[in-house]
Amino acid sequence: MKADIRVALVGNPNTGKSTLFNTLTGLNQKIGNFPGVTVDKKTGFSTLPDGRTAEIIDLPGTYSLYPKSKDESIVFSVLADHSNPHSPDLIVVILDASNLKRNLLLYTQVADLKIPVIIALNMMDLAKKSGIHIDIDLFAAKLGVPVVPISARKVEGIDKLKEAISFANKIALQQESIDVESLAPGLIAQISSELKLDNSYYALQLAHQHETIKFISPAQSDRIEELEKEFSFHSQKAQASETIARYNFINDLLYDTVKVPETAQLETTSNKIDKILTHKVFGFIIFFGILLFMFQSIFAWSAYPMELIGDLFVWIQSTLHQILPAGPLTGLLVDGVIGGLSGVMVFIPQIAILFAFISILEDTGYMSRVTFMMDKLMRKVGLNGKSVVPLIGGFACAVPSIMSTRTIENWKDRMITIMVTPLVTCSARLPIYTLLIALVVPNRNVWWVFNMQGLALTGMYIFSLISAIVVAFAFKLILKGRERGYFIMELPVYRMPRWKNVIYSMYDRSKSFVFQAGKVIIAISVILWVLASYGPGDRFKHIEQKYHRPQYTQHLTPDSLTRAINSEKLENSYAGVLGHVIEPVIKPLGFDWKIGIALITSFAAREVFVGTMATIYSVEGSAEKMESVQYKMKTATNPQTGQPVFSLAVAFSLMMFYAFAMQCASTVAVVYRETKNWRWPAIQFAYMTVLAYVASFIAYNLLK
Amino acid sequence: MRLSQLEVGEKGIVKEFTDLEMSVKLMEMGCLPGEEIKISRIAPLGDPIAITVSGYQLSLRKFEASTIILQ
Repeated sequence: MKADIRVALVGNPNTGKSTLFNTLTGLNQKIGNFPGVTVDKKTGFSTLPDGRTAEIIDLPGTYSLYPKSKDESIVFSVLADHSNPHSPDLIVVILDASNLKRNLLLYTQVADLKIPVIIALNMMDLAKKSGIHIDIDLFAAKLGVPVVPISARKVEGIDKLKEAISFANKIALQQESIDVESLAPGLIAQISSELKLDNSYYALQLAHQHETIKFISPAQSDRIEELEKEFSFHSQKAQASETIARYNFINDLLYDTVKVPETAQLETTSNKIDKILTHKVFGFIIFFGILLFMFQSIFAWSAYPMELIGDLFVWIQSTLHQILPAGPLTGLLVDGVIGGLSGVMVFIPQIAILFAFISILEDTGYMSRVTFMMDKLMRKVGLNGKSVVPLIGGFACAVPSIMSTRTIENWKDRMITIMVTPLVTCSARLPIYTLLIALVVPNRNVWWVFNMQGLALTGMYIFSLISAIVVAFAFKLILKGRERGYFIMELPVYRMPRWKNVIYSMYDRSKSFVFQAGKVIIAISVILWVLASYGPGDRFKHIEQKYHRPQYTQHLTPDSLTRAINSEKLENSYAGVLGHVIEPVIKPLGFDWKIGIALITSFAAREVFVGTMATIYSVEGSAEKMESVQYKMKTATNPQTGQPVFSLAVAFSLMMFYAFAMQCASTVAVVYRETKNWRWPAIQFAYMTVLAYVASFIAYNLLK
Repeated sequence: MRLSQLEVGEKGIVKEFTDLEMSVKLMEMGCLPGEEIKISRIAPLGDPIAITVSGYQLSLRKFEASTIILQ
């Protein structure tokens, strides 16, 4: 779609910017990446009253043009760099009318860039409720820009805002707020003349940010550095005096235009809620209650849709097998590509539900209280208050949890959270644990109430949390922080969640998961399918011929014949050969080549383990029939020793392996997507594999 | 007197900062010299704290609060 005018949305966090963006663009939006950086770019189109189309770009929420996180640094780049493909014709600054003072700081900075600007004064309803009176006409006149009062939540004033966008001036008419030149006398003029800039605030920002911004050449950056030395420019001091000057301007402006009552009514309501929700005792009880509910719902609500998706893909696969002629191409498409696709799609319900919860918790303002309560505890192990949510979400699935770490501004805290989240027992490990525990742990009660199998399973869950904390602590010592850690965070007023935003968030995250992680998962599934379906030389042909002999065809039913063929084919496939190849390596852990095959095939997804076991021990019925797999595994004996294969030592060794090993292509893909560097998933894969090997080795040798 | 020495419910007016880097961030968030700050609450584990400043609530760690000197 071609747009007639490009509009950038700028504002503080918690001002309703995303709500306004969703209202302006509807579902007509696209998420991409800003070139070269990991920041999500949200753009959408809106039809203006005069019939023209406006492209709206939603910039990350920020308190100032001086960035504190990667997300925030994009704001200045997009606004100031005219060669940026997203350089806007018009900026809409959204201000929270109930908290104008702090909101206006960003406005005055943006206005000084001299790009046409409109103010959308949001939360007018809240401001009125708390008795704040704003003389909008005087306010607009003093700033020299159009001011449109809106309520993004109640969809009020949106038409007026669209009108203002279509009538907007092509040249910037806003009033000067501060004397920019006096902040760095001489330097600004010099930079402006050498780099041929027509805006002194832009020149000042370059002086502050020239080391980090990408749109100026290294030579220009070096020259600015030289000039700074010449004029003895001190970035932080200049920034401090700029902020003070801007707040002086803002205080004068507000003195004339805004009347605030002595005690704001709204705050006390929020305060009352906080007294309970951040209470010494109730605060934690409520928090764990919410987590428990979240955790339960992710399991309970996603079970049925996940089953439906699974069934749908089984149906598609079987139908395609009937329609399409049998052959390697059909096999690749149906079992490789579509099989891989089903592995992606089946995660959607969990992702959507987890993100629905997270967006509700964020929208209401509760998430910042969780951070507030947990920060001290989490900081001790190198994490951050905000790491709590991804870690708990990891019980369901590491993929959406790693995506949710974006709320952590501090780079080191975020990386550690990403690195340890896959250690938490996710739902894909559950079938493996239940299968193996049922094999070796007797199903009886100890001390009357505790079931031993249940205790073993609970133990695995607790063990995973402890290992995540220990590994986090280790990373805290290894990783070097890029920035000084600090925790200056707004505690927004409690509000009702906006259901529309919740739905958008579910849709957004699921979509980006399917498209981004999906590619990698399908690729790996195809490779695994090839490994499991083909064998070296003409071994497969010999197997087919062998089972066509009358001694087999006459004594076996067609079903068991197919199973016998499949089982022997798997043994002779590349995957089976690989299983034999890695046998010496995994022998110290108590594993034979058959378990080796399962380790290889479940590389892409842990839950494949049960299916592979089912194929190897070729059981009756489908892989879903856990009991029959269990029976076959229980009766499986080592041909050399005559002892059962799955002893207590082997089963626990396997569980330890799955507890630590990064057997999940989706997680690898999402870690790459979130860190934009193959180094991180590689480090994670390496450390988890080493831990898995060591833990298995210890478990096997202790229990042997 | 430092901000970190106030009890819950007590108020103070910002005079200056001991840490330039931190002061830049705090001032952006509205903690300016001359501004009144009230301690709203302390986190259940004793750190961080929540303050009310220029009409909204801000949370910061005790260490950060100790860089703010009151009048």
